Amino acid sequence: MGNGTPLGRVRGLGAAKEGTHHWWHQRLTAGGNLLLILWFVISIARLPAYDHATLTAWISSFWVAIPLALIVINTFYHFRLGLQVCIEDYSHGPGRIAWIVLLNAFVLVAGAIALFSIFSIAFSAGAAA
Amino acid sequence: MLVSILHRATGDGMALVGTIVFVWWLAALAGGEATYAGFVDTFTVSDGRLNILGYVIGIGMTWAFFQHLASGIRHLVMDTGAGFELRTNKTFALLTIVFSILATIAFWAYLLAGK
Repeated sequence: MGNGTPLGRVRGLGAAKEGTHHWWHQRLTAGGNLLLILWFVISIARLPAYDHATLTAWISSFWVAIPLALIVINTFYHFRLGLQVCIEDYSHGPGRIAWIVLLNAFVLVAGAIALFSIFSIAFSAGAAA
Repeated sequence: MLVSILHRATGDGMALVGTIVFVWWLAALAGGEATYAGFVDTFTVSDGRLNILGYVIGIGMTWAFFQHLASGIRHLVMDTGAGFELRTNKTFALLTIVFSILATIAFWAYLLAGK
């Protein structure tokens, strides 16, 4: 077996040698979001109260802290891909690179704060109980 | 076409406004009772009910979520190559709006009156 015909080797790759992973990851994370955010919206609605004690006790549960952390990973990745498409559609020229860098910084900083907050609540509430 | 625009607008809206409120909410909770009170004060009046900002962001984000969910499922179906006949496509597009409005009303009716 050889390496295929020249046409076979380049078919579907294009100049970037890839191209479908952005589209595919958007779909994969969409499925995750469907489950995670539905869980989040229904759980929030069903909480008895929204004071500090109720919410921190709620987040300190394994069954809440883990899905919340998964939201930060899955949903943030999903919206990072989505906002990238938006920037690519409307921003042309050198400014586009600045927007993409700003987007990556926004996602990483927001994600780090969110994850630290979730684990901080989960671990400190566990220690106090 | 309207539903396609709505899909982008609700997605980008949640990505910016939703993310900031979500991260602020988590950080305020982690910061303790005083910082969480500051977060709550921004979106509520003194008796604990939501203020105008609270309702606009709360209802806006729930509607954006349900609309993005429905039009997202529509896009997943269209990715398979199905649903491109004009009548089917238009019906499915309109149904996403009907669903998002009904789901938003149901969510807030439960939250404000049903509990």
